[in-house]
Amino acid sequence: MGFIMSEITQDKPGKKILLLGNEAITRGAIEAGVAVATTYPGTPASEIADSFSAIAREATKEHKDPGFYFEYATNEKVALEVAAAASFCGLRAITCMKHVGLNVASDTFMTYMYVGCRGGHLIVSADDPSCHSSQNEQDNRYYALFGSAPMLEPATAAEAKEMAKIGFDISEQLKLPLLFRTTTRLSHSRGAVTLGTITKGKRKGVFTKDPMLVTVPATARAMHPVLLKKLEEAEKISEKSPFNEIITIGRPKDVGIVASGVSYTYAKEMAEVLGLNVHILKLGMTHPIPRNMCEDFITSHSTLIMVEGLEPILEDQFKKLAYDISSKVKILGKSTGHFSRLYEYTPDIVADAFSKIFKVKNPFPKPVTSSIKVPRRPPSLCPGCPHRATYYAVKKAAPKDAVYPTDIGCYTLGKEPPLEIADVLLCMGSNAGMACGFAVSTDQKIISFMGDSTFFHAGIPPIVDAVHHNHDVVITVLDNRTTAMTGHQPHPGTAMDGMGRSAKLIKVEDVVKGCGVQHIEIVDPNNIKDTIAAFKRAIEYKGTSVVVSKSPCILLEVQRKRKAGEDIVLYQINQGICKRCKTCITRFGCPALYFAEDGSVHIDPAQCNGCGNCVQVCPFGAISAEVS
Amino acid sequence: MGKTISIVLTGVGGQGVITAANILGKAAVKANVNVYVSEIHGMAQRGGAVVCTVRMGDVSSPLLPSGTADVLVSTEPVEALRNICYVNKKTKVITDITPVIPFTVAVGGEQYPKLEDIYKEIKVHAQLFTVDANEIAKKAGAVITKNSVMLGALAASDVLPFTPKILLETILEDIPEKYKEINKKAFQGGMDVIKKH
Repeated sequence: MGFIMSEITQDKPGKKILLLGNEAITRGAIEAGVAVATTYPGTPASEIADSFSAIAREATKEHKDPGFYFEYATNEKVALEVAAAASFCGLRAITCMKHVGLNVASDTFMTYMYVGCRGGHLIVSADDPSCHSSQNEQDNRYYALFGSAPMLEPATAAEAKEMAKIGFDISEQLKLPLLFRTTTRLSHSRGAVTLGTITKGKRKGVFTKDPMLVTVPATARAMHPVLLKKLEEAEKISEKSPFNEIITIGRPKDVGIVASGVSYTYAKEMAEVLGLNVHILKLGMTHPIPRNMCEDFITSHSTLIMVEGLEPILEDQFKKLAYDISSKVKILGKSTGHFSRLYEYTPDIVADAFSKIFKVKNPFPKPVTSSIKVPRRPPSLCPGCPHRATYYAVKKAAPKDAVYPTDIGCYTLGKEPPLEIADVLLCMGSNAGMACGFAVSTDQKIISFMGDSTFFHAGIPPIVDAVHHNHDVVITVLDNRTTAMTGHQPHPGTAMDGMGRSAKLIKVEDVVKGCGVQHIEIVDPNNIKDTIAAFKRAIEYKGTSVVVSKSPCILLEVQRKRKAGEDIVLYQINQGICKRCKTCITRFGCPALYFAEDGSVHIDPAQCNGCGNCVQVCPFGAISAEVS
Repeated sequence: MGKTISIVLTGVGGQGVITAANILGKAAVKANVNVYVSEIHGMAQRGGAVVCTVRMGDVSSPLLPSGTADVLVSTEPVEALRNICYVNKKTKVITDITPVIPFTVAVGGEQYPKLEDIYKEIKVHAQLFTVDANEIAKKAGAVITKNSVMLGALAASDVLPFTPKILLETILEDIPEKYKEINKKAFQGGMDVIKKH
């Protein structure tokens, strides 16, 4: 079965196309003949797996084999285990996740390194410096050091494709899973990529038994030295890797720059613009670093400038190397205050640091600022979002001092006014775990929220905890039938999988019932009155209650209606009836409603998605369907 | 160093800013020009502010230093102002004139500035070109062609290292046959506005 044609899968070696960093990784894996790809969606990693999914869905539609198996797994840990098993059968595998996903998969990750892999296995971690869409900006390069994994870090989309392809060879050669680390700026930057040849990999392998795969203590003790030995081999690969190279800018004397990832592109361009005379040691294989190459670089320079976003990982390693070889090299970086451990680097940050270090003028003008205040435009729940209706109902049903633990998804946006219904959030699934803790620590009512995808990902164990200990909590599952925030991926509660094949739909309420929850409410949040009543009953119930608030994501619903040729009825305000009480705006907060300059309230037809919930919210009956 | 071109595209999530940046990038590849495009996904999709950068020529980085944009194209007036840090006196700021009021104005008591104040402020820092993209798109045949209007305006600003024709061809590649003609008209409409300035 051949590959189906799409932008990413076109079999035209030598052709140059524009690809997103994430798409380039998918292409690299396809060129390497990957057989199994798994993920749990998360920005900024989502498009790697979404590309696999799009290819697979198209193939399914045409009754073809896409050349690989792909799945959106229940969570990152399961995703890593599914792919690890494929590798144990000798197949090439890739697992993609956002940085915090690797925390979830870390239990698997750490011991997987001990036993190693068979088929090449890339574990992609997309980090998010500046927390563009994440709850922290942890630097997952530490996982490479922590778990003793070889690591590659691309600087451009073109390099991402090459590295992904060669990464499988390195992983296979070492029999070690490889950590492929990107950042938001790489994942979400486009660049020209020259297509290579697509290798048709094996689709099925054979599992050959080996007692050393069973990590009882005796095995683990025996495998740890094997892992360290593999790392020594990895260092030899790193010494010869074309991804580690020295670039000359101007006429270098004794100052060198060490850079990796996207930060390298800033370092190179700013060194050129500022007219510096430097060598840049560009590191692409950043674990293990090529010791000899780095020692030579230290010896041949009197000063080194370390340009790496987030943590001083290369900086610390270079300091160790300098100590080992008794070098007096000056190392400028985070510890000297020239660079920060915070946030994403930019050309401005790098230019500013260089101009101070080299005492040259920063050629860029000081950024101008607006003398008039610009209103903030944070993201918000969409017009017609069913979560808004649920939240509105909860606020009507709950006492004022109720505590609202929330979770990761669109619904976190309930934090914003006017709903302000998000009190604490740590990570996927944390809403329900914390709900249990609050229940034993305060007499306030506890009402927690999580989405359906989050429920399957990490929400079930804390519900079991709540039932077992009879915690007095209301746990809400906002069941919008999709993984909305990351781009509407399917999950175990949908009837289709990531390859476009029909899949067993697992109902949230069935799982909850199986967990032993005695009080379950299933509501349609678009019926606000009934939803308020359901939450009142759940709050009154002594013990664990779960409310499943079921209504599809409005974006999918609008899409479905358009496809089916159904009318989307828009709503309007009858100015003769409207008393301008502002309930629809200041309490419900749908972004489609706004005040005109004269204080009258209107519905923007360009934004209204026709949910009609504002009709139920208006105390004066001033809102009705538009007469077309 | 050789010539570099830096373009900033801004607007509101859902307005097609990322698509426009992608089209520019594809056109550059077609014209055999070195190009990097940067975009931020995720939270921006839910009606938040969106910024994309497109850099062409002798560049390595997808991001540009402050004050170095050759053009700033905005599909919403206040978003042009939000990204004023990228401009200098020579920068051409091309903005659509139709505001999208953020919910912080209705709910949070923030103010949406008067359009003439926005324009006055932009003119202090850069060269301003306003485009009534809605009107031009409507005339061309459909409001949905708004982005073709804005790309037409960009093509007429004389900064792209390839011809308007290449850009138009790239736009039309992904558009169904029946909408090609109205998008051509919209693109031409955008070009005309800048030429008349």
